[in-house]
Amino acid sequence: MAEIRNYTMNFGPQHPAAHGVLRLVLELDGEVVRRADPHIGLLHRATEKLAENKTYLQSVPYMDRLDYVSMMVNEHAYVMAIEKLLQIDVPVRAQYIRVMFDEITRILNHLLWIGAHALDVGAMTMFLYAFREREDLMDCYEAVSGARLHAAYYRPGGVYRDLPDTMPRYQSSAIHSDKQTRIRNQNREGSLLDFIEDFTERFPTYVDEYETLLTDNRIWKQRLVDVGVVSPERAKALGFTGPMLRGSGVEWDLRKKQPYEVYDQMEFDIPVGANGDCYDRYLVRMEEFRQSNRIIKQCVDWLRKNPGPVITDNHKVAPPSRINMKQNMEEMIHHFKLFSEGFHVPPGEAYVGIEHPKGEFGIYLVSNGANKPYRLKIRAPGFAHLAALDEMSRGHMIADVVAIIGTQDIVFGEIDR
Amino acid sequence: MDTNKIKVLAEGLEKILAGRFVSLHQLFDELTIVVQANHVHSVSEILRDHQDLGFDTLIDLCGVDYSTYGDDTHALGQYDGGRFAVVYHLLSVDLNQRLRMKVFAQDSEFPVVDSVTDIWPVANWFEREAFDLFGIVFPGHSDLRRILTDYGFVGNPFRKDFPISGYVEMRYDEDQKRVVYQPVSIEPREITPLVIREQNYGDSHAD
Repeated sequence: MAEIRNYTMNFGPQHPAAHGVLRLVLELDGEVVRRADPHIGLLHRATEKLAENKTYLQSVPYMDRLDYVSMMVNEHAYVMAIEKLLQIDVPVRAQYIRVMFDEITRILNHLLWIGAHALDVGAMTMFLYAFREREDLMDCYEAVSGARLHAAYYRPGGVYRDLPDTMPRYQSSAIHSDKQTRIRNQNREGSLLDFIEDFTERFPTYVDEYETLLTDNRIWKQRLVDVGVVSPERAKALGFTGPMLRGSGVEWDLRKKQPYEVYDQMEFDIPVGANGDCYDRYLVRMEEFRQSNRIIKQCVDWLRKNPGPVITDNHKVAPPSRINMKQNMEEMIHHFKLFSEGFHVPPGEAYVGIEHPKGEFGIYLVSNGANKPYRLKIRAPGFAHLAALDEMSRGHMIADVVAIIGTQDIVFGEIDR
Repeated sequence: MDTNKIKVLAEGLEKILAGRFVSLHQLFDELTIVVQANHVHSVSEILRDHQDLGFDTLIDLCGVDYSTYGDDTHALGQYDGGRFAVVYHLLSVDLNQRLRMKVFAQDSEFPVVDSVTDIWPVANWFEREAFDLFGIVFPGHSDLRRILTDYGFVGNPFRKDFPISGYVEMRYDEDQKRVVYQPVSIEPREITPLVIREQNYGDSHAD
């Protein structure tokens, strides 16, 4: 009789379902996975080491490139760590703007996740739907920072500038007639806040559309229910955070439990799963769409009524206004020192963890009083989640590994750093 | 964490861990305990299992190379003169509290800190990362391999004496029809020099 042996298969790093550059070495018994060994680091750029050689301000754009589908939230943790060490206050308006853009980013991230996850499992339409809405939200990014992805909008002490009064508009072309362009520009006539409000009115209907396609879909359920089950105790031991932990039924959300900025002023609920399988995590994230939408609405409401400064007036940290800089000698010196030498952060260490769309994103900053960080450690939620891939996929089929990678919402920018 | 909670936790730690830690200090709203390298495993077990501590999740584990930290900055007990430290960020989901545990490796030439993978399984990859980037060895770890750097990488890139541009660069060789390594052809430039001002320079921070 022939000898039966497990065989080893290589998956990735160039595989459409690997969500970037994941190389998986799978040990298979027939089609059943006995061991999965993820090889990471193919996108390692040594962000932490580079940050040690740059001033604090110069590293802000690096944060965008970590988890490149939730850019502003990465910046948020980084600037909050600096603000903690400097012990400076952020104007309330800036806090509301940050919370609003954090939630916009959460929707952006979850849209990419649902698109890619559904595509991996076989539902092509979701991907197209999700990118339709992402377009609108990236226009918000563009309006506020000038960049559609890598915004570098949050700065230590506040945000770079106030919300604009106009939205960028489409222009007519050979493909789009003047009449069509007018229709496309209809919701772009007003300010950014008008545009965002219009989006929040439309968005719940879109989420209903997604749910119509997926929630009761037979194929979707066959692929997700009872796949990758993690018990609450195990989820905590494996370092799960965010939707991965909530999917296992643990009610844990930093926005509620350890509120930062103005999250304690917001009304929203934390969805939790019951079984800890891929389907529950899907439901949790779908509900987060709706809750984020609620928070954005509250922020828009507040921001309309309360104008004010959006960055601290401590010019040792934040630049003075352009006009003052040109007229006032001291302001000019501040500006020059800030953008040549940079600001100094007092010696000490600080850890700030925030509720990133993927879980707890943390920045651990060690300073020795210089104008550059002594050590910067980025705690990426995906790193802990991917480490559990082996345990989650054992005993499942190869096709389930793809569903599990999808449910973990893996992005290599943050895992490899 | 509010002030009262930190006080309760600090008192609890002093009582429960009596004699097993070196120092305990607070900066901002964060509590740090420094533990001796040979006590890491037993202290971690207590931190996880004691009902008043309950640190069921290890949020982060990272290495720090203190070799160029500077002598003036010993304040707050952050640094005791050892070169390598391992920093653990712990979280208790049930009791909603956080703690930072810091361990200095005794030997700077060959830093060794006991593994905590059997207490918090999440430490597996984090320890591999610290091993890869700093060369800290974790006895008790079942699979201590490099994780982030390339296959066959030499050196520990996050140590302060490792240059930012590295030692080797990679290119495709047309003649050999394969990728080859060669010594780096670039030199690191320092555009903004590192500056440390005296305490309370300017008025950006009051204390």
